Amino acid sequence: MSKRTYELIYVLKPDAPESEVADLHKQVAEIVERMGGTIEKTENGMPWGRRKLAYEIGHHKEGFYVLEVITGSGELMKEIDRRLKVTEGLLRHLIVRVDESTIKADRARTKRTEESRRRRVARGLPPDRQPGEGPQGENEDDSGDMMFDGADMEA
Amino acid sequence: MPFGGPRKSGPGGRGKAGDKDAKGGDKRRGGGFFRRRKVCKFCADKIDDINYKDVKLLSGFVPERGKVLPRRISGTCAKHQRVLRVAIVRARQLALLPYAAD
Repeated sequence: MSKRTYELIYVLKPDAPESEVADLHKQVAEIVERMGGTIEKTENGMPWGRRKLAYEIGHHKEGFYVLEVITGSGELMKEIDRRLKVTEGLLRHLIVRVDESTIKADRARTKRTEESRRRRVARGLPPDRQPGEGPQGENEDDSGDMMFDGADMEA
Repeated sequence: MPFGGPRKSGPGGRGKAGDKDAKGGDKRRGGGFFRRRKVCKFCADKIDDINYKDVKLLSGFVPERGKVLPRRISGTCAKHQRVLRVAIVRARQLALLPYAAD
């Protein structure tokens, strides 16, 4: 049986009592256990938990987010999806398979580091960057505004 | 320009945005004007995994109206724009990002 890693995020109503949150988690855990999977981790603290919604859902402006990372089969996730679909008091839920993208990201990272090491060696430098070498302060905060004004600047 | 795009002029925009690596600034002699080279943020910052949970990162590519910022403005490369779009769509489903604002 293939084991895959999935992320499950669900959003409860903001006025849901703690017992309801715990109850739903228990339901999910039960299905996972029954179908031979494991819950890797559960998060409902920052940045999850109570959070503002980007748009109103049924007059609610906030939601209670819970993230669960689950390892198991596709059948298991199908069952969870089915159950969550009929659960009341749930605003949204989403299941995403994450193992492939994690592997892909890892592969890209190793490929890049290897490539840069190879280049550096070819230039007669030690494979790793020495402290105090290279451009400094590169990663300053130009995240947001740069792409708006930077592209259009003609001066 | 068709579509009455933003002030950005010239047909160079699309091709440049598609380039993988930035090779220095785009300086022009003569008129002496200088335009900052657009670089794909994900290539430059070496972000391999564009995740739908990273609202802070994604919101930079979702202007006020709530639409996805086009490549010709942001300079994101084709590869990353595709992944970015999926991430934004997922974030929208969970009300992490708006479908449309106002």
